[in-house]
Amino acid sequence: MHENPAQKTDTLLGADELVINMGPQHPSTHGVLRVKLKLDGERVIGSECVIGYLHRGVEKIAENRSYQQFAPYVDRMDYVAAVSNGLGYCEAVEKLLMVEAPPRARVIRTILTELQRIASHLLWLGTHALDIGALTPLFYCMREREEVLKIFEKYCGARLTTHAFRIGGLQYEAYETLEKDVERFCSSFEARIQEYSDLLTGNSIWLGRTRNVGLLNAADCIALGASGPVLRASGVQWDLRKAMPYAAYDQYKFEIPVGVNGDTYDRYMVRIEEMRQSRLICLQAIENIPAGPIMARVGKVLKPPPGEVYHAVEGPKGILGYYIVSDGGTQPYRVRIRPPSFINLQSLDKMIRGHLVTDVVAIIGTLDIVLGEVDR
Amino acid sequence: MSPTLHAVLAFVQTWWVELLCALLTVLVVPLIAGYIVLVERKVMADMQARLGPMRVGPHGLLQPIADAVKLLLKEDLIPDNADQFIFWFAPVLSMTAALTSMGAVAFGPWFQVARDINIGLLFVIGISALGPFGIVLGGWASNNHYSIIGAIRSTAQLISYETTAGFALVSGFLFAGTLNVRAIVEHQRADHVWYLFLAPVGFFTYVIASIAETNRAPFDLPEAESELVAGYMTEYSGFRWSLYFLAEYANMIVVAAVGTTLFLGGWMRPFPNVQWLGWLDAFPVLLLGATGVYCVVRAGKQPAYVQAMFMWTVALACFVIALVFGLVELGHIVALRSAQPAHLFQVLDSIHPGLYGAFWFLLKVGAYIYLFMWLRFTLPRFRFDQLMRLGWHILIPLALVNVMDVGIALVLQLELGWNRWWAMALTTLFTLVVAALLLRWNDRHAATASSSLLAPPSPLEDANA
Repeated sequence: MHENPAQKTDTLLGADELVINMGPQHPSTHGVLRVKLKLDGERVIGSECVIGYLHRGVEKIAENRSYQQFAPYVDRMDYVAAVSNGLGYCEAVEKLLMVEAPPRARVIRTILTELQRIASHLLWLGTHALDIGALTPLFYCMREREEVLKIFEKYCGARLTTHAFRIGGLQYEAYETLEKDVERFCSSFEARIQEYSDLLTGNSIWLGRTRNVGLLNAADCIALGASGPVLRASGVQWDLRKAMPYAAYDQYKFEIPVGVNGDTYDRYMVRIEEMRQSRLICLQAIENIPAGPIMARVGKVLKPPPGEVYHAVEGPKGILGYYIVSDGGTQPYRVRIRPPSFINLQSLDKMIRGHLVTDVVAIIGTLDIVLGEVDR
Repeated sequence: MSPTLHAVLAFVQTWWVELLCALLTVLVVPLIAGYIVLVERKVMADMQARLGPMRVGPHGLLQPIADAVKLLLKEDLIPDNADQFIFWFAPVLSMTAALTSMGAVAFGPWFQVARDINIGLLFVIGISALGPFGIVLGGWASNNHYSIIGAIRSTAQLISYETTAGFALVSGFLFAGTLNVRAIVEHQRADHVWYLFLAPVGFFTYVIASIAETNRAPFDLPEAESELVAGYMTEYSGFRWSLYFLAEYANMIVVAAVGTTLFLGGWMRPFPNVQWLGWLDAFPVLLLGATGVYCVVRAGKQPAYVQAMFMWTVALACFVIALVFGLVELGHIVALRSAQPAHLFQVLDSIHPGLYGAFWFLLKVGAYIYLFMWLRFTLPRFRFDQLMRLGWHILIPLALVNVMDVGIALVLQLELGWNRWWAMALTTLFTLVVAALLLRWNDRHAATASSSLLAPPSPLEDANA
């Protein structure tokens, strides 16, 4: 048989690769992420993320706002975990001012932040399951998340972009039934988590879709700067709540769940277990909320001394860091934010290569990105 | 009278029943499909702790009408780069295939378009196999990457699972010894058993294959919303989209009807031969009556006067239909008891099999479709390679072994005089052992397959290097 030598150097079967655009308008890129995929059949052989569709210039805005004025803006980065964002920012500025929030404020901050972690993970679980085709868990997750949002609403009047904390402590005293509400939520929540596990954990389709999908080993995680559940699922026990305690975390006992393989299933299990641990932290914290003031003595106009500070907290999605430079004025000279979603997203290409298109949505889901935070 | 008109009249006179049935099918199936969608949304809402459609009419009862009107009024959009003719033709083909295959399905002993054709279910399988052409042509004509991926997936999936469904049906045909729909049902009555119990593995494989064949979750990869936007339907909108949609739901009805006919005793009441269970005939009346009473109770709680009126209307309709069922049943009983019943009772009695047959048939089809919905809202979606592996490595071998085993069971029973249940139990046990082995082998195979997924064989990169 005659073989054409020119064809041998051509692609397999003479077929071209297919380049498809996933997003920015796509049901499961969690907002406005755009991924260019190069496909061989349905297998991904390359990818490129295009981001910036939700860029609002948050860091630049900070340079034209006073320290207090900028606080509500950070709520709008990771808008499903506004409380955690606010905690990081307030503590960073407090560090810059060299003041410390009073113990009562720190405990209430811890409770609300852990509830926010649960809410954020619930939203992740629902949408991740939806991406993989399980329609129902989303609504169960939303039902529980609603409970958390109601607590926020009772506390500060807002549900999503809460602006719950102030620099130096809290603006609002805890409402009367806060402990009772949190306890009621926590007591029913354990059974709810079991409900999700019944639907998903042992399901063989779920296992088939998540096991060995989107593998990322510990060395790669560290090299890519991944943090949060993505890092811990790969077996690295690194959680700022334990490693560099802030708020009131040093007072409570909790475990840091870690995975073994670093696949989508491990990340799922890590987040499920984190919700359990957050519940335990909340239960411990409401046992004993210290009495006392909720606000440290900070002036009406904040004028931190010239200098710079970096403060990071463990957000639901990973390490959320604030680097603030002060020139001694009322406005920050520069604010740089280390967004966990943006940095975790960098590992997407490494994870999806060799997988099928179907797995791409599962892997985008497992990274738990929020585009508001990626683009800022 | 012109000869043409004469011929037409003669034709109508000969075939008026069939023509009427066909017309009813074409007219009513879209409506039924719309209401299946409503039921599906309500079932989904029930499983997901919410209410579902509540705005259009009480409890959203008019939602399908509103949806249909909206779809008809939408702009008819054909993308510039699409192949205009095929784009137009593909949904029509899908819809035609779905409706035509319904022609051989018997909804009760009376309602069947193609009466008593001896190839019966083979006709249904054959025609519904044309459906994928509509999908693949539509996906190709759209000139869209998502569409073409959806269309290719769909073709592969439908071809694979139609094989399974075919083999699963063969296990039922072997018991019936015929393909004629009517004869199959009569055979089940004569055998005193639904074929579900004689060929459980066959029924099981048929259920799975039928879900895959109708592109329903967890096998809804061709239109996997979270990956492919809407699969082959991505570029379709308005009326054309609704044709695809109708075809999908019509296909659901067809596969459910085939399964019901072959495995669930068709239009026969459960236990048709057991005299003391005759009270089951009162079931339709009770069901409709209860629905009517429920509507009456709810009518008082409606927020608006219009809604209360609507509820009353629904209740009235339920009571009227219940009354019809009751009268027909009465006629049936009187005709059975007395030697010379009045003419009215004779007429009522003659309606009895058609009416009650249709009721039981639709009830069974409804239960089958409910199973579809239940699975859809419970399970995550398969990945394409997993779907194909399930089809070719497990279901097709299983269905093949099952056909062989049913054959063996029949030989044991007919030639060697075994008890039917012993023969069935023995062969089913053997099939289950095969199934277990297949699953185990597949698990091991899947493990190696997914690990090879991690180190992608990249012929393209090698070739380009």
